[in-house]
Amino acid sequence: MPTLIVNGQSHNVDVEPDTPLLWVLRDTLGMTGTKYGCGIAQCGACTVHINGVATRSCSVQLSDVAGKEITTIEGLAANGVLHKVQQAWLEHDVPQCGYCQSGMIMAVADLLKTKPKPTDADIDAAITNICRCGTFQQVRAAIHAAANA
Amino acid sequence: MNYAPKFDRRSFVIGAAAVGGGLALGLRLPFGPDIVRAADGSPEVNAWVVIRPDDTVVIRIARSEMGQGSLTGLAQLVAEELECDWTKVTTEYPTPGQSLARKRVYGDMSTGGSRGIRTSHQYVREAGAAARTMLIQAAANEWKVPASECSAANSVITHQASGRKTTYGKVAEAAAKLEAPKDIKLKDPKDWKIAGKGLKRLDTADKLTGKQVYGIDIKMPGMLVAAIKDSPVRTGKIKSFDAAKVAGMPGVKKVVQVGDSGVAVIADSYWRAHKAIEALPIVWDPGEAGKVSSASIAEFLKGGLDAEQAFVGNKAGDAKGAVAGAVRKIEAVYSYPYQNHATMEPMNMTALYTADKCEVWGPTQNGEAALAAVSEESGLPIGKCDVHKFLCGGGFGRRGRVDYVRQAVAIAKQMPGTPIKLIWSREEDMTHCGYHPVTQAKLTAGVDAAGNVVGFHMRISGQSIAASLAPERLDPDGRDTIVFQGLTPNSPEGNFGYTFPNLLIDHAMRNTHVLAGFWRGVNVNHNAIYTECFIDEVADALGQDKLAFRLKFLKPKHAAVLKAVADKVGWSTPAPQGVYRGLSQYMAHASYVAACAEVLVSPQGGLKMHRIVAAIDPGYAVNPAQIERQVAGSFVFGLSALLYGECTVKDGAIEQTNFDTYNSLRIREMPKVEVIVMPSGGFWGGVGEPTVSVAAPAVLNAIFAATGKRLRSIPLMHEGIRTA
Repeated sequence: MPTLIVNGQSHNVDVEPDTPLLWVLRDTLGMTGTKYGCGIAQCGACTVHINGVATRSCSVQLSDVAGKEITTIEGLAANGVLHKVQQAWLEHDVPQCGYCQSGMIMAVADLLKTKPKPTDADIDAAITNICRCGTFQQVRAAIHAAANA
Repeated sequence: MNYAPKFDRRSFVIGAAAVGGGLALGLRLPFGPDIVRAADGSPEVNAWVVIRPDDTVVIRIARSEMGQGSLTGLAQLVAEELECDWTKVTTEYPTPGQSLARKRVYGDMSTGGSRGIRTSHQYVREAGAAARTMLIQAAANEWKVPASECSAANSVITHQASGRKTTYGKVAEAAAKLEAPKDIKLKDPKDWKIAGKGLKRLDTADKLTGKQVYGIDIKMPGMLVAAIKDSPVRTGKIKSFDAAKVAGMPGVKKVVQVGDSGVAVIADSYWRAHKAIEALPIVWDPGEAGKVSSASIAEFLKGGLDAEQAFVGNKAGDAKGAVAGAVRKIEAVYSYPYQNHATMEPMNMTALYTADKCEVWGPTQNGEAALAAVSEESGLPIGKCDVHKFLCGGGFGRRGRVDYVRQAVAIAKQMPGTPIKLIWSREEDMTHCGYHPVTQAKLTAGVDAAGNVVGFHMRISGQSIAASLAPERLDPDGRDTIVFQGLTPNSPEGNFGYTFPNLLIDHAMRNTHVLAGFWRGVNVNHNAIYTECFIDEVADALGQDKLAFRLKFLKPKHAAVLKAVADKVGWSTPAPQGVYRGLSQYMAHASYVAACAEVLVSPQGGLKMHRIVAAIDPGYAVNPAQIERQVAGSFVFGLSALLYGECTVKDGAIEQTNFDTYNSLRIREMPKVEVIVMPSGGFWGGVGEPTVSVAAPAVLNAIFAATGKRLRSIPLMHEGIRTA
């Protein structure tokens, strides 16, 4: 039975090995913060970190991630303290419907690890998540704020 | 091919069920000897306001929240009149069933057309004011002083003379026993302290941590999950399916037919249900509609451009005669495709059916229509049904329909006692929409020797949303007035901004089997392109400045927003090297809006949308900060539609199945949007949708300024334009 390490906790997961990580998280582990948007790695709503790298969990199978460190939106805040991206999102009142924001926040958290002070061009290249409400202007402002926090 | 509308009685079910008819708003309800209590036992001061002993103020929100922010705005309006402590405000949704049981105490619960605030501001403010009066009275009674000597601020009631103070939480119980006041005076918006301010949304925190529960996240004990496939051709029917082929797959519990066109697999998880429905052999009969294609629809609509019969939406003088007699005639034909809302959260609904009760939980923009649908589909009386609304992961009009609600109930009915969550795949969602209607337009202007517009004719040919979804809203002669949004002579919803002596705007209705639906902006999106791009063409043909030409004919409030963007963008001074500007204005959803786009276009067609300056006059601005966000977001929606939005039809079915073939704007493509919020007072306009209308025409006119090429067919990805 494959073992998943999610937000520092090990889980034995008894489902078909080709099940996408997204649905293992949502259906099997009941962690619904990670969202389904397209299932084909287009929209980014399902973004999680796998060994620290932002990855679209709809397009990764359980068998690919056994034993790897997975961080979801539920695990981003450490010891109840919001991650600086979440804090910037709160201060800039970023979300509208909010459905894409788990994935957006996880993508941005990864960007800031690799580029602590991203330029607008860095943001344009790295953040390709879809937001149908159109929060991008607030997203950009909040990324810069988080980088300077 | 012209598809005849079918009368749908659903919207009347609720009205008929509400005994006595009409609205009995919460504050006017005669209260009995017993206090009405919230679920936690706290007293209702009235149906809209519950105050807990710890001074928490629970404001009831009848409308749906889908990101547009009216939950926060409505709470601000109630809190303003209530004079309560904003930091202690929380909100909850009453259910449509509760509303119905109380004679529709919450009024219209539907949320569309940017009406959330503008059609309920009066009674929610009155509810806040009535509650404040009752709370003050309760304190005055306790102190045995006249209420007129007491005042309230920030949830604290003070008796000035004695300096005595108490809080709302302490007197709520007594206040709830009082008669509601008869005369309610509302504040002048000039005196607003909570409303009118750019406060933060009330519903942000849980969206940042994964805690926010959307319908798709619902968990219930014993719950199963269903995946569905409905006929790819909307009017098609099931011929056969082979349930035995998937019955043994992991987790599969049951395969059920849904209506006469769908099949669902019920399983113990979504993924297992999804895999099984993908593996299930299903054969549909597409019927006659199986022969329809985008090309045949375009040809059908083209016939309407010059058809004799058309419904008139706006008429002054003799436009056709004036054009015929003009020294110069300018003509252009435009087209606009079907488009999907593509809410980020796909359609879903959880239903539990038993022999004597049926309830659903999930996202809806129209709780009462959903309630009626639950009753009809379950066969249970409406009093034994209810709908529990959840925050919608995007709406844009899509969730005003109840197709997915009906399906969820039809599935749950085949497994009584088990809660079943129906989740649509993105593919199901893309191919089963009520699409932004497909239209074409032929515009003709006649000009005299002095360069004056003497005649103006806009012929729209295409689909009617009312005919698709709400035939009861058609005029007796079959005319769909919604078609003319922003084009009517004098409608508070949106009148045509230009005063031409001879004007004709008419509609040749051409309906197809593809369902048309209400889409963020509705008909104003294409109407504004037709109007504002063609006006630009006429100004250009006459060699006139695009701003001055428009201002010559525009009505004052239309002109004011346009002037504001022109001033801010610096229209009178040249744009930076390589940057080109385009203007547009419109009146939509009762607000006046305008935009100026600044773009760069490379010789290879690489488009960089540099900046948009937008203005909105919504009459009153309940939360300017959220209005700015709605306006900025509306450009992402409108420009996604302009660049990529197209659903094509092949063999009667929609071809686009996911975001790889139905793209949406990304952060790198979004222009900087500068928003001017300029409420002029005296009317209440909408916010979420109006500026979608000016996004596309402003950019199209800027592209023309840059390239000298008029692009008249949407989306631009087929016109040699890509984002740089």
